Amino acid sequence: MNVIYDGTLEGLFSVFYEIYAQKIKAPLIFKESVYQPALFEKAMHVETNSENAERVVKGIKKKAGKNFYQFFYAAHNDRDNIENDLFAYAKIILDSQQSRSTDYSNPFVLKVSQYGKSVGREKHRMEAFVRFRLTKDGIYFASIEPDFDVVPLIKKHFESRYQDQKWMIYDLKRDYGIYYDLQKTERIQITFNQNKIGILSTSPEIFSEEEMDFQELWANYFKSTNIESRKNMKLHLQHVPKRYWRYLSEKTVKV
Amino acid sequence: MNFDRIKEKLNVLADAAKYDVSCSSSGSKRKNSSDTLGDSSGMGICHTYTEDGRCVSLLKILLTNHCIFDCAYCVTRKSNDIKRVAFKVQEVVDLTMNFYRRNYIEGLFLSSGIFKDPDYTMERLVQVAKKLRLEERFNGYIHLKSIPGASDELMREAGLYADRLSVNIEIPTKEGLKLLAPEKKHSDFIKPMAKVRNEISQYKSEKKIIKSTPKYAPGGQSTQMIVGASGETDHQIIQTADFFYNQFKLKRVYYSGYVPISTDERLPQIGSAVPILRENRLYQADWLMRFYGFQANEIVNTDFPFLETDIDPKLAWALRNMHLFPVDVNTAEKEMLLRIPGVGTKSVFKILNARRFSRLNENHLTRIGIAMNRAQYFIKNVSIGNSFDLSPTNIKHKILVSGTSKYTEQLSPQLSLF
Repeated sequence: MNVIYDGTLEGLFSVFYEIYAQKIKAPLIFKESVYQPALFEKAMHVETNSENAERVVKGIKKKAGKNFYQFFYAAHNDRDNIENDLFAYAKIILDSQQSRSTDYSNPFVLKVSQYGKSVGREKHRMEAFVRFRLTKDGIYFASIEPDFDVVPLIKKHFESRYQDQKWMIYDLKRDYGIYYDLQKTERIQITFNQNKIGILSTSPEIFSEEEMDFQELWANYFKSTNIESRKNMKLHLQHVPKRYWRYLSEKTVKV
Repeated sequence: MNFDRIKEKLNVLADAAKYDVSCSSSGSKRKNSSDTLGDSSGMGICHTYTEDGRCVSLLKILLTNHCIFDCAYCVTRKSNDIKRVAFKVQEVVDLTMNFYRRNYIEGLFLSSGIFKDPDYTMERLVQVAKKLRLEERFNGYIHLKSIPGASDELMREAGLYADRLSVNIEIPTKEGLKLLAPEKKHSDFIKPMAKVRNEISQYKSEKKIIKSTPKYAPGGQSTQMIVGASGETDHQIIQTADFFYNQFKLKRVYYSGYVPISTDERLPQIGSAVPILRENRLYQADWLMRFYGFQANEIVNTDFPFLETDIDPKLAWALRNMHLFPVDVNTAEKEMLLRIPGVGTKSVFKILNARRFSRLNENHLTRIGIAMNRAQYFIKNVSIGNSFDLSPTNIKHKILVSGTSKYTEQLSPQLSLF
């Protein structure tokens, strides 16, 4: 049976709940946005229910133990059709008496750990490559376009690091961000002029006078700390794949 | 801030500091308390990579490149005709804060040429760290250089503000040091290292009794050796590293392939290649000691004073010890799993977990991520194609032709024209 949900994580976990509650056989899960109904095919729409979702998460968390994060990261991997692998994993975990979250001989446990790993890598890259620019009104601002929906996952890192400055990280692709105002961090949605706040923009209307000076200093430092006689572009690209260069002012600012 | 003047200094003093390869920013336990800046409690982060492929995690600069010493291998040696500049304490503080707030760096790595005398220099370094911690309430990572010859009192203070302290021994042998830096003695390096080691252990034991005891260099100590400047063997380097790991509880020893910067006849000449492959093999050997349970003399010894260049040291060890293989991955101890070529620490972790649920076969191992092209010759019950002769030379040959090393060019006996 095809099961359709709204595309949110809560929605997905609500689906897991209904599959168990209604004993649905051989479920195939689809996001609303990608589902294309075929003739004579039955589909069930599951409404998002945060209470049910939470029960599912709690159950998996209890059984998976400290490996729960692998599943949780994997769930932020927004590639298509990942839902069914996630469900297969959840079923293995929930149906077994002993904890099987470390059973890497099982293809779904291994797969989920690998999906989780690629999300973890993107999360780490965003923590590393995000570059704040200081705005005129004293907010350290960064815009990003990550491969996966990692903003909820990087929140904690930036919170514990930047407690005495206002900052905002905005996902331009998914059109939402988080803003810390010295008290709390909130999810926000703003209509921007993308040309002015794009990933490396330093529009003088928005950013502080010294912003460009510091970017230049940083680019100078980047150049001076390189050892020319050890140049190794292959290794360089392995660490900083080209698609991440757009975050790095040191790569674009002329020195 | 006078940006042009700072830019000029930054370029000179970053350029002079870049031969110090340490960039680690992990292993500290400095957490952010409420409403201050920075946190260095987790793992380190590389915020960018230079074109030579090295990680940039810290703002790595010298306070000044004025120096009273004349060590042949060093770019800031007294006799070298270069531009000399110096940062003011406040300038370093401002740079660090502004870079950190923009998420460019994890913190500061501050070293210095020695001007006037060791104490005067060390005092300035400590001032920077103190200002960052007390005035700016900065909890990011600070790595300070221990200046050989600085007083115990200053070294003690340094550890209270820094996460890591390091003193570079640079030349692995006493004879080499005598030749290249005759003004320095081995004991000059050892003294501050011993002082810091003793302070660390003292603060640690006090902390067990009195919880409010401040942290002392929570990221530990490290050192660096230059490779290929003084004709030393790999055996000497690894032995020296092993000595420092054991005697001084160092967190890391770094190996820095000598980059020719001088026309001094005692040294490799400008234009000669940086020994990058050798450096890489030394790091592999270092990892074997720190994470794989190998003893130094298993890797190199008087019979094998040099690491092999065409294969990694773990494979080389396995080929010398064929009587211990093949290993049954379903029953072997962790220690032995770690010694199988092509199996890393993460794969060992996965094998140990997975084999509790089912018997592992070749298929499982491939999916877990083991490098089977190397591992297959050392594991029981895997099909090894048609190679029936498992002699070390044969295995080595098969592995070398089956893969392409990134160093193929350097290893090839054929000379290319250009």
